[in-house]
Amino acid sequence: MMTTLSPQSRAATRGWSDITIRNLFVIPTVAFLIIFNVFPLLYSLGFSFTDFRASSKAAVNFVGLKNYADILADPVIWRSFSTTLWYVIVSVSGQFVVGFGLALLLNRPIPGKGLLTTLLLLPMMLSPVVVGLFWKLIYDPSWGILNYALGLGKTAWLTDANLALYAVAITDIWMWSPFVMLLSLAGLSAVPKHLYEAASIDRASKLYTFFRVTLPLVAPILLIAVIFRTMEAFKTFDIAFVMTGQPQAELISSRLYKMAFAQWQTGPASALAYIVLIMVLCITNIYVKYLNKAKER
Amino acid sequence: MRTVTKGMLAGLGLMLASSTSVLAQELTILWAEWDPANYLQELVNDYQAETGVTVTVETVPWPDFQTKAFTEFNAQGSAYDLVVGDSQWLGAGSTGGHYVDLTEFVKKHNLTTTMAPATMQYYSEYPGGSGTYWSVPLEGDAVGWAYRKDWFEDPTEMANFKAKYGYDLAVPTNLTQIVDIAEFFHRPEENRYGVAVYTQVPGDAITMGAENFIFGYGGSLGDYANYKVTGLLNSPESAEGLEAYKKLYTYGPPGWGNAFFAEVNTAIAQGQVAMGMNFFAFFPSLLNEATNPQAANMGFFANPPGPRGDDFAALGGQGISLISYSQNQEEAMKFLEWLVKDETQKKWGELGGYTAAAAILESEEFQNATPYNKAFYETMFKVRDFWALPEYAELLDEGQQAFYEYVVNGNGTAQETLDKLAATWVDSLKAAGYPAE
Repeated sequence: MMTTLSPQSRAATRGWSDITIRNLFVIPTVAFLIIFNVFPLLYSLGFSFTDFRASSKAAVNFVGLKNYADILADPVIWRSFSTTLWYVIVSVSGQFVVGFGLALLLNRPIPGKGLLTTLLLLPMMLSPVVVGLFWKLIYDPSWGILNYALGLGKTAWLTDANLALYAVAITDIWMWSPFVMLLSLAGLSAVPKHLYEAASIDRASKLYTFFRVTLPLVAPILLIAVIFRTMEAFKTFDIAFVMTGQPQAELISSRLYKMAFAQWQTGPASALAYIVLIMVLCITNIYVKYLNKAKER
Repeated sequence: MRTVTKGMLAGLGLMLASSTSVLAQELTILWAEWDPANYLQELVNDYQAETGVTVTVETVPWPDFQTKAFTEFNAQGSAYDLVVGDSQWLGAGSTGGHYVDLTEFVKKHNLTTTMAPATMQYYSEYPGGSGTYWSVPLEGDAVGWAYRKDWFEDPTEMANFKAKYGYDLAVPTNLTQIVDIAEFFHRPEENRYGVAVYTQVPGDAITMGAENFIFGYGGSLGDYANYKVTGLLNSPESAEGLEAYKKLYTYGPPGWGNAFFAEVNTAIAQGQVAMGMNFFAFFPSLLNEATNPQAANMGFFANPPGPRGDDFAALGGQGISLISYSQNQEEAMKFLEWLVKDETQKKWGELGGYTAAAAILESEEFQNATPYNKAFYETMFKVRDFWALPEYAELLDEGQQAFYEYVVNGNGTAQETLDKLAATWVDSLKAAGYPAE
């Protein structure tokens, strides 16, 4: 809807048109995006076809698709990719189950609901590095509270090759389930009450009502939550970096960081960043298609 | 009015002139955030008092230090005049044009004879054996050992140890004895463990730890001058050393797969371990009762030789280099001249810094100043370092992954690990354009 200027407003008396005012808002934003997002994106695309090392003054050579070919043939990077994929599956499905479950619980009249909701939202308000360090203490095999509470002896959560990834995923689930809960709660509260009344009159079971009324109506917003969390989980760096050095739990972002900033392989690191970008875009597109289908229904 | 304007302009001119001269009398040193950087700030305050030049030591947390320094170098930024960089940075710093060639300075001040030879070789010279120098050794450091004197001197423990191993429980005189002692004190049921060693993958921890055993058992990481790896890195001696390191790791506290200097000191302070490997720079806090309740019971020793008498230790520490993009190079050179003076180096040692000046290291006064200085002195004349090529970080990452897979994850044998790593390093060196074999 196009709004018009009040004839008494300062802009109107100066003679600014709606288009001028719109441009005043839009042009700086677009310029900012171009300078800080689009330009570096294209610039790094150029780097991805070279042997450029930011730490060196050596001549930069065009190497074509060599960086991409080398990366796709590197078993360490494939290990990081498969680890990341498994991490995304575990972490996002965990967040979905816990977050949606909590939302269902909070979507009913319970005493202290407001306070409870606020408390449940706290984890996602913390810094990921702080969360990682806290959980590192919780998981500590010698004095960590988790082993003590569960009677697990000296289980080495963060250094065991078979456990480290799950330990990080559990931390991520703890931190980000509230985000899924919040969106789910918004979706659940928007379901018209009369649909539940109609289902009740038709003597529909709780389960039938959930699958035929609740879930279809909140599905679009749940998918949005899943899209956000999948994209974020795919890019997870801070929590994993702080918590474990186990190579079997190395996520692709950590590998990318090492290539780009520890080894200064700027060209190959740019190529890897593009491969990750393409993967995230593909996964997001699949979700968006499902989202559109869900909306159509 | 004209007079007032003239006066204002003159004042402005004077202000600008004086501000320029003030700017020229400031030097900024970049270093990592740790105690020695605080000692350096204390030391350079003397320089300020003597010359009026303000010297600021700006610090960055260890995990970000390399990234921060090289980002600044790559941008050719002049925010820092000097950097106290890791020994492995020499290749990237010199060939990348980030460091100023200090060969003339080194010759003029005769540093090759006044500093401990190994520190000039590893903190300053690049390429190895070239006689070209890029830094002045500042913070000498290497891996040493801390141990619980009270446990070692307990009569019951001593008797039990002798009965089991056939020799006296004392400061180990070779690497195999370290393994024996670690095994002896490893009692998980008592929440007491044998030893805390380096195992962390991000950074260089596990490689630094394993190096002590690989070198000590007569192995090597390769011929740095000729880029030869095969047959050296994967020699039977190297494999034997790595195997001993893995054995030692099994006598560590539970979940000991992500440990570096902080974790080792924590394990010692909590009374968990009989021995701990660490860089000497982290030993002062072990003698501080506020940070270590076991402070009164601490003893220290240098990395002992291996079973065949090969006597080495992994090098840590840093040299101070002049950054090419500094706007204050002349002033920075004057500062370096002050820094290498005997009295400055002596003061540096007194403040807690680890001088590399041979005469000071050899003096009785230095060696008796702390319980670990003698071990430090012994170590600084037998240190060996990792590769210092511009591509060292790639080699290091490959080494870290390989050592971890074997030592912590328990995959494969030591020989298989080193064979595979040797092949990987040859590929990486060749890809970087070196005539590796």
